[in-house]
This record gives sequence, C-alpha cells and structure tokens, in this order.
Amino acid sequence: MDAELVYIGLAALFGIFMAWGIGANDVANAMATSVGSKALTIKQAILVAAIFEFLGAVLAGGEVTSTIRKGIVDADLLSGSPELLVYGMLASLLAAGTWLYIASKNGWPVSTTHSIVGAIVGFSAVGIGVDAVKWGKVATIVMSWVASPLTAGFIAYLIYQSVQRLILRQDDPLARAKKYVPVYMFFAAFTITLVTILKGLKHVGLTIDLAESYMLAIAIAVAVAIIGYVAIQRIKPDPKAEKSQHFYTVERVFGVLMVITACGMAFAHGSNDVANAIGPVAAVVSIAQTGEIAAKSALPIWVLGLGGGGIVIGLATFGRHVIATVGKKITQLTPSRGFAAELAAATTIVIASGTGMPISTTHTLVGAVLGVGLARGIEAIDLRVVARIMVSWVVTIPAGAFLAIVFFFIFKMILP
Amino acid sequence: MANMLANIFGSSPVRPLEKHIGITFRCAKQLRPFFAAAIEGDWEKATIVRGEIERLEHEADDLKKKIRLGLPKSLFMPVPREDLLELLLVQDKIANRTRDVSGIVVGRKMEIPVEIAAEFLEFVDRNVDAAKQARKSVRELDELFTAGFRGAEVELVEALIEELDRIETDTDDKQAVLRATLFKIEGSMNPVDAVFMYKVIELTGEIADMAERVGRRLELLLSH
Repeated sequence: MDAELVYIGLAALFGIFMAWGIGANDVANAMATSVGSKALTIKQAILVAAIFEFLGAVLAGGEVTSTIRKGIVDADLLSGSPELLVYGMLASLLAAGTWLYIASKNGWPVSTTHSIVGAIVGFSAVGIGVDAVKWGKVATIVMSWVASPLTAGFIAYLIYQSVQRLILRQDDPLARAKKYVPVYMFFAAFTITLVTILKGLKHVGLTIDLAESYMLAIAIAVAVAIIGYVAIQRIKPDPKAEKSQHFYTVERVFGVLMVITACGMAFAHGSNDVANAIGPVAAVVSIAQTGEIAAKSALPIWVLGLGGGGIVIGLATFGRHVIATVGKKITQLTPSRGFAAELAAATTIVIASGTGMPISTTHTLVGAVLGVGLARGIEAIDLRVVARIMVSWVVTIPAGAFLAIVFFFIFKMILP
Repeated sequence: MANMLANIFGSSPVRPLEKHIGITFRCAKQLRPFFAAAIEGDWEKATIVRGEIERLEHEADDLKKKIRLGLPKSLFMPVPREDLLELLLVQDKIANRTRDVSGIVVGRKMEIPVEIAAEFLEFVDRNVDAAKQARKSVRELDELFTAGFRGAEVELVEALIEELDRIETDTDDKQAVLRATLFKIEGSMNPVDAVFMYKVIELTGEIADMAERVGRRLELLLSH
C-alpha cells in the first residue's frame, strides 16, 4: 500500500477519534447551559449543536486550523524530511486524543486545546529540535490562554450588570425584558457573523469587502432580532408560576435569547475546538498529497467536514447523556445569567478563532461564569474547583507533550 | 472533563433556606391544633400533634445540618456566608421554641385556665402569623439573588419585613395583656402551674421574636 494512503488514513482515523471525544464531552459544556436552564430540550440542543458546530468548523475554523498546522512548528527546518512532520502530527493527534480519554475517564478538567498544543510543542522540541518550535508564537498562544478567560469574564460582568440595571432591578422587569432582549440578540448575532465573515469565509473561498461585510452582518443581526422579538411577544405571563418566582416569565423571555446564544456558543466551539482536532489532519493530508511541506497549500474542505462530522457522531453517541448530567447540575445558571456567560464566551472565542488563537472553549466559559459571579449573579461558586481547573491546565501541557514524544518515536520506527 | 463546568457551581443555599423556613413554619403552625386540643383536655390528640411537631423539628434540624455542610469556606457568594448561616440558625430556632413549649405542655399535661383560653389561642395564632410572614420574606431570597440585592425587589422585601415587625409588636401587646389577665387569676391556681403558665406564654412569644430576628437577618443581607 502507498505510504501516503496510510498517512491520510491514520490521520483521518485519529482526527475522527479526537473530534468524537470533543463531541462526546466538550460540547456538553457549551450546550448544557441551555438545557440546564430549560431553554432547549436535549433533542433540540443536540440538533442545534450538530448544525452550528459543523457550520462553525467549516465557516470559521480555518484560521485556527492553520495555526495548529503550521504556526507552531517551523516547517522550513523539515523541508528535507517531510515524513517527520507527518509522524509528529499523527503522534500529536493520538497523544491529545489519548490524554483526553484518560482525563475524562477520571473526571479531570482538561482542555482539548492545551493537550494538542502541548503535544505539538513536545514532539517538535524533542523529536526534531528545540529550534523547530516557533517559541514566539507559542508564547502568544499561552498568553491567549490567560487572556481569553479574563476577557470573557470581563465581558460577562458588563453584560450581566447591564441586565440587572436595565431589567431585573426595575419595577416592570417583564416589559423591560421584552424591550431589551431583542437588542442583546442583535449584538450576539452581529458580533458572531461579523467575525465569521471577516476572518472565516476566505477559507471557503468567499471574499467580501469590508463595507459589504458590515452590511451583511447588520442584516443578519436585524433578522435574528426580529425573529426573536416575534417569539418573545408570544410569551404570556403565568400568574400561578410567578407567585412563587416573580422572575418566572422574565426568565422565559431570556430563554428565547439563550437559544440564540446557544447557537453562537456551538458555532464558536466548532470554530475553535474542531479546528484543533483537524489542524494536524490537514497538515498530514497536505504533505501526503504533495510530498512536501507546502506552507501555502489550501485547506481541503473535506477535512473541516471530517471534524464537524466526528463531533456530530460524538454528540449522537455519548453527548446526550453528558448534556443531561451537566444540565442537571447547573441549575444556578438561569437564562438571564446563562445567556450573559454564553454570549461573553462565544464572542471571545469567535474573535480568538478569527485571529487564529487556539484557546480553550471550556476555560473561556468558566471565565465568563466567574464574571457573572463577580457581578453578584451566582449564588455559590466553588473556588476549590476553580483552583483545580487552573492546576489541570498547567499539567495538561507536559502530559500532552510527553505522550506525543513517545508516540512520535514509535511511529518513526514502525511507519514507512 | 465534562463535569468541569458543572462542578464550579457550589450547592446553592438559597432554595434549601427557603425550604427550611417552610418546614419550621409548618412546625410552628401545629401549635394551633396542639393548644386547641390541650385546652379541651384531649391529650390523645395533643400527643399526636406533638409527635408531628417533633418530626418537623427533626426534619428542619437535618436540613440545617445539610445546608451547613454544603457551605464550605471556599464558596464565593454575593453575600457573606456568615450572614446566611446566622439566618439559618434563627430560622431553626422557630422550630426549637415550638418543640420546647409543646414539650412542657404535654409533659405536665398542663391545664390552660378557661379565663385566658380564648386570649391565649389568639396569641398563639398571632405568633404563627409572624412565622408565616417570616416564611414569606425568606421566600424572596432567590429573587433577591437574581436582582443582585438592589432595586424594586429590595423595596418589596423591606415592605414584607415591616409587616413582620408589625405582627411581632402585636404579639408583644397581646403577651402583655395575657400576663395581666393571668396575674389576676394566678392566686386561684396551683403555684407551680402558674409559674409554668408564665413560662409557656414566654416561650410561645419567642416564636414571633425569632421570626422578627429572621427579618433582621434578611435586612442585613439587603444592606450588602
């Protein structure tokens, strides 16, 4: 059999393995907020996730894919022996996939992104040479891991403060919610579509100029806001339920908003995390097809589709169960709080994806939840768990690196 | 990995606190049928009601312990943990006083003098009202957390607490009148019974006192 076919086959297999893991576990964090707050049923959540994860991966995942593919390793050093990069990328995929599997078995909070970046840095520094790593770029990526939860937290803080001031603390919260929620919908749809159009579409071969991009984003956002407005007007107060919880109907209005932010969150997740899984696949495919390390070769769409498909399979097999479990545990995240966290996280992630920064979706979401908490929005946050998350993100990098190094030398021995 | 997001949420004390005051109120409410039975001398019925009071007091106690365990120091909350624990403590005391007073009455098979019976039942009712108003106020906790302890919701709770204070003052007045009536007839009673009757009035009156303290604790939360 041709070596190229073996490479592509293995890459696709490992890529699907990893995308499946993301779909089974990671997506739950993005969708469970909506299920927990009863804005979506589990079936709807899976449908929304499947569609928007896929769209996010294909439409906006290009920049992150190319960072993973050629931003971390200096390919010029390898022009004589492209197969080393193939072994390395295969090793990274398997390492990240394995580490994620071990971690989720044990319930450790680890990040897909941190595993894959750690793995790539590991195999290139040890397997090829310390100079092979673009340390400047790696430093930027690590900085973005600190910056993204902070940014999301800050945005979430501002959003939730505005919700409290404009709606929840007023005498007529329901009337106010009906008035302001479409505005939040507009902003949610506007940011996400604008970044996608500006940064993502060129990878699928579309180019739109700046003025048109803004017009298109505004048009889509207005359409979303109008649909949302109509849906909200149909919500009628339920005096019986409101007797025990005055914000009952108000929260239902926010529930409509959460459907939109959930789509945004799935889209953002697809654009960043799917790209992590398929960046290495893209690298292997391009080398195998051309026989050389062509830094400029286009990203085949089928590779993005592979990642999106893997996630959907993961969702369909295990995602349902995980979403239900997580959803039950996060009832504190009512729609008014959940949307603030989701909107802040989705915005941060999509912007990061647009600039090619592979960040951690879940950590960003955790940052956003803490931001809502700082705005006195959450009843109780367990700081011990927050500390454990920080520790795990430091541990994941060497773990991913170590596994990648082991797999790299194994592949180097056994693969053609 | 999937549980990472879920686990950062500590167990929220809000709903359990609302549930706890619900149980303590139900416990206090039993005093009405309890004393009605005692006045009629129906000790069989009084003992049954007393059993229900004990059961509810235990239930409140168990929930109290559970809430405490769910509030470790590592929790980050919009209001101080100590204030919530204090609120829980005074809520629990409503049930404790109910248990204490019913215990004395059943234990001594106390006869409540007919001269004060009607007045005394009214006094009991008013104390139960205070506990009910305390429950109504505490049930606003989740709304308070949602609104971030500011704005219209705070005004609503302040009004509820004002009403609670009025009820408590009312029980104080009734208690004074009741003591005066008892003073007039105490000479005709067995001295030990008279002393215990004063004690029962005092303990019953403490139910409204505790309810009022629940209001004070809530007010402290509002000032954050």
